[in-house]
Amino acid sequence: MGEAIVVTSGKGGVGKTTTSANIGTALALQGKRVCLVDTDIGLRNLDVVMGLENRIIYDLVDVIEGRCKIHQALVKDKRFDDHLYLLPAAQTSDKTAVQPEQMRKLVNELKQDYDYIIIDCPAGIEQGYKNAVAGADKAIVVTTPEVSAVRDADRIIGLLEKEENVESPKLVINRIRSHMMKNGDMLDVDEITTHLSIDLIGIVADDDEVIKASNHGEPIALNPNSKASIAYRNIARRILGESVPLQQLDTEDKGVFSKIKKFFGVR
Amino acid sequence: MKKTQNVTIKGTKDGLTLHLSDTCSYDELKKELDRKLSNSSRVQEEQQLLSVKVKVGNRYLTKEQAEELKDLIRQKRNLIVDDLETNVITKEEAERLRQETEIVPVAKVIRSGQVLEITGDLLLVGDVNPGGTVKATGNIFIMGALKGIAHAGSGGNKEAVIAASVMKPSQLRISDCINRAPEEVPEDENRVMECAYISDNQQIVVDRLQVLMKKRPSLTRFEGGL
Repeated sequence: MGEAIVVTSGKGGVGKTTTSANIGTALALQGKRVCLVDTDIGLRNLDVVMGLENRIIYDLVDVIEGRCKIHQALVKDKRFDDHLYLLPAAQTSDKTAVQPEQMRKLVNELKQDYDYIIIDCPAGIEQGYKNAVAGADKAIVVTTPEVSAVRDADRIIGLLEKEENVESPKLVINRIRSHMMKNGDMLDVDEITTHLSIDLIGIVADDDEVIKASNHGEPIALNPNSKASIAYRNIARRILGESVPLQQLDTEDKGVFSKIKKFFGVR
Repeated sequence: MKKTQNVTIKGTKDGLTLHLSDTCSYDELKKELDRKLSNSSRVQEEQQLLSVKVKVGNRYLTKEQAEELKDLIRQKRNLIVDDLETNVITKEEAERLRQETEIVPVAKVIRSGQVLEITGDLLLVGDVNPGGTVKATGNIFIMGALKGIAHAGSGGNKEAVIAASVMKPSQLRISDCINRAPEEVPEDENRVMECAYISDNQQIVVDRLQVLMKKRPSLTRFEGGL
């Protein structure tokens, strides 16, 4: 019996879809069977980020309305032989085409076959959000170090706390620009975590490579050299229960003296 | 058989007090009061109004009955009822009083969009985040950071206060006074352990917690409830 994790944020454009794709990828790399579910009906793009757009035949709404079997709609990602699947959202209908009860049934069905179901939630707190949360056991809230994103994350955490089926949500802080945080131009990690008072499960630095990779339809987590990739892999390991220390943001000064200190192991 | 007196008049330092017995019927009491006030007729010459206190003991008076007694006394000569005291209140009244004076502890973070409404005093163990609202008919004590809106004395109690460990509200309301956060708050300003109350010129003032013992001594209560 698998576990369903919803990735949500309230505000749009903070990186829900990227986070979903990369956590899913990282979990698959760890040898887990993962199914990504895109619930952003009408504005799907998880398939684009994963580079699976061309292979969609059926979608979520087709499954819900009984036009096909669930395994017919799942798109297999060949890069992970049999470890990663995607259930794409419909592009032609809208969010009201699905009811929370139907989503719950669907996710429960998927949980029989997969270790992790990652549900990509649309922005907002309306029908789409309700559908996405309905079947989830756990939640990851994505925010960026901006006041508006943190405000919306706060709202969404409040709503998630009311959901009986969802455990206390975990926080991902995305798009961190270490130099701005250092100068105090951006909210820092501690500030956000104490403000939202939920557990932090990962921080991801702002990285041009992420955008580049999404545009090529390859989640950044596949590239082991990028900092963001390691961040996503760390999040996946934490989901699996390992305790991984938070990634160092490059705030340390790179002077000769600190290098000498480092050499002698002085902190 | 010696007739017990249902109405006794006593003079004290503070003026006259009418003691009305609680063992007779209401009608009897009215009659005797009427008689007593009419025949104790050493008519006082001075037409100055005399205020009296009325004590009815363990008798429950409805609003109408209380008014009736007051009228009766007022009609007689130059007496005016200053205070009507009874040892009895109804259950509803008691429950309301209990709720109003009760401290309600809540352990929760009030997040954006959430509203917490309470009858009585609120003791919040947690924060009020921006966009969140707490309301209480009494005082509000917050053991975390207040960054949202707090409304104390929402039923109209101007004596209510708001206290917080970290006072960075977006808005403070006490009774019908509203105070907005200043536009420019110095970043490093240390706003810890502060309180807000309505000052003498009807403005909400934020000050150190310690001034409350002088401004609102009635906050100290040793037992809860009534």
